[in-house]
Amino acid sequence: MRLCAFYLLLIALSLTGCSSIEPWVKPYERAHLADPIMNFDRDPVSGAYMTHVYQAREAARGAEGGHGGGCGCN
Amino acid sequence: MAPRVGTVVAVGVTRHIPAWLVGTALLCCSLAVLAGVLPDDRADALYHSYDGGGVEITGPSLMVLKKLGQNVAVNGNYYVDSISSASIDVVTSGASAYSEDRIEFSGGVDYLHGNSIMSLSFTNSSEDDYEANTAGFGISMDMFGNMTTVSMGYSRGWDMVMNNLDSTFSRDADRQNYKLGLTQVVTKDMLLELNYEGITDEGFLNNPYRSVRYLDPGGDSYSYESEIYPNTRTSNAVAIRSIYYLPYRAAVSGEYRFFDDTWGIDAHNLKFVYTHPLQGGWVLEGNYRYYTQNAADFYSDLFPFQGAQNFLARDKELSTFSSHTIGFKLSYDFIKNGWRSIDKGKINLAWDHILFDYDDFRDLRVVTPAPGDEPLYSFSADVVQLYVSIWF
Amino acid sequence: MRTTQSAFMRYTLATVMVLLSSTVSAGTVQAPAPDFTLKSDSGENLRLSEMRGEVVLINFWASWCGPCRQEMPILSELHDKYKAMGFTVLGINVEENSSDARKLLKEMPVSFPVLFDNDSSVSKQYDVAAMPSTVLVDRDGNMRYLHKGYKPGLEDTYVDQVRSLIRE
Repeated sequence: MRLCAFYLLLIALSLTGCSSIEPWVKPYERAHLADPIMNFDRDPVSGAYMTHVYQAREAARGAEGGHGGGCGCN
Repeated sequence: MAPRVGTVVAVGVTRHIPAWLVGTALLCCSLAVLAGVLPDDRADALYHSYDGGGVEITGPSLMVLKKLGQNVAVNGNYYVDSISSASIDVVTSGASAYSEDRIEFSGGVDYLHGNSIMSLSFTNSSEDDYEANTAGFGISMDMFGNMTTVSMGYSRGWDMVMNNLDSTFSRDADRQNYKLGLTQVVTKDMLLELNYEGITDEGFLNNPYRSVRYLDPGGDSYSYESEIYPNTRTSNAVAIRSIYYLPYRAAVSGEYRFFDDTWGIDAHNLKFVYTHPLQGGWVLEGNYRYYTQNAADFYSDLFPFQGAQNFLARDKELSTFSSHTIGFKLSYDFIKNGWRSIDKGKINLAWDHILFDYDDFRDLRVVTPAPGDEPLYSFSADVVQLYVSIWF
Repeated sequence: MRTTQSAFMRYTLATVMVLLSSTVSAGTVQAPAPDFTLKSDSGENLRLSEMRGEVVLINFWASWCGPCRQEMPILSELHDKYKAMGFTVLGINVEENSSDARKLLKEMPVSFPVLFDNDSSVSKQYDVAAMPSTVLVDRDGNMRYLHKGYKPGLEDTYVDQVRSLIRE
């Protein structure tokens, strides 16, 4: 049920991407977001290593990373 | 994971998504959606060192990421853990300290199409008594004028667990990971990210060398028996994190993750990172992480008698404990304006100090008259990383 | 568990197919190019309407935008090749603070005039919806082609469109 709702939401989102919902942060306003210090995972090799250090010693695992943000360039 | 009934309903509903809806989506999107960007080419060489609780692990991690043409990028990673272990488990079980190497290779391909990046990856990890293979697929899509990025991933693992003390011993452990992620630009200074990961394991999930202890009938000594774990495990993890740009050029981020699984473990962790660029290409970063978990249902430091439960565990990884990490990282841009074909270069040194405090795992190096009165175990570890990254 | 797995796979496949149907966006427009006056890198003010009679390629860029940096040397070559025939490239830097842009131009000089839109007024006038964005303006001051984003190979389209506008 949750899975189905998620996919319908995704399809709906992609449809609205074509409509006139204006992004409230314009492409030319993304200077800060494009700054490397605003990247959650700017050192991926180090990030993967620390994730491994913790996963090997803790019971918890998962949900450690993602993508997006940045310059939004095309 | 979703309860059985819900899953059946979900399948039923989806079969009825009309074809015209999908068709319209196809048409609509092809008119307005813009393209995404593959990450810049880079190479990283990292040296890592972990020292704590009688365990020393060092090794390299090398990675290369390169575009081939405009729409494809390939990446490869070589990683080694050289382990020298005289951990509390080793020391108290009477075994001698051991050394071993774990070598891991991974490779992947990213394919850019429109505003989506599709990825395939494969990893092989090999040590004397454990072989792990993982294959995964992921997709990441920018939408809403590149304000929102949605990602999904699925991976499968096939592991083989062996035993150095018994060459005939070989068991399988299989794994499936399901990932969903959403990154949202909130303001021109702030990003928000939500992640979910569900993992299911099946097979031989424990350690063939590890034992649990139980109280002897007399009550003043204890003996060991093999640990027995369930042969399935399902877990869910949900995380939220945010990063904020400070006006004087710095960034602060916070993250919270909640974890639970079918072994009865609940865990929470909280992490804060502050990144502060200094003059001349230097960046200083500090982080604090707090982690806490409660024990698995079948965990006990001392069972009341032999064969007390169907499932038995005394692995401190499944006990009730908390940890605090404080870490610092110093980076320097040593190539600022390019040198030959290298656009940028950075050298980094990071140090994290982790304190582990166990609430129901006892330090058996200390012998007490009555079992179960030993002091609770705690230790600290130092993790050091030295790495160089170049972009070309 | 197996039903969840196959359901997940099926839905992922379906969604992937729906969302794969996207392309780089380009379009034809037909409207007068909004006039503006901005300070250029040479110090003097430049006004778009003063360039009437020439074909103008307006390129909105920022120093933090990778594809923009990739495109700039190509636009510089384009400017050199066709300027004798009544063509000019105008780069508009959209950053609030021009220091990073000026630093980039020192390392990677271009042959065309670069204007600084520090308050984003021109970006708003042109409704810039992607980085980089390129607008081609004909000799009568009308916007004719719009390109959102940059991918290597787009310069061939620029050449075709510039030549057709020059010939008009």
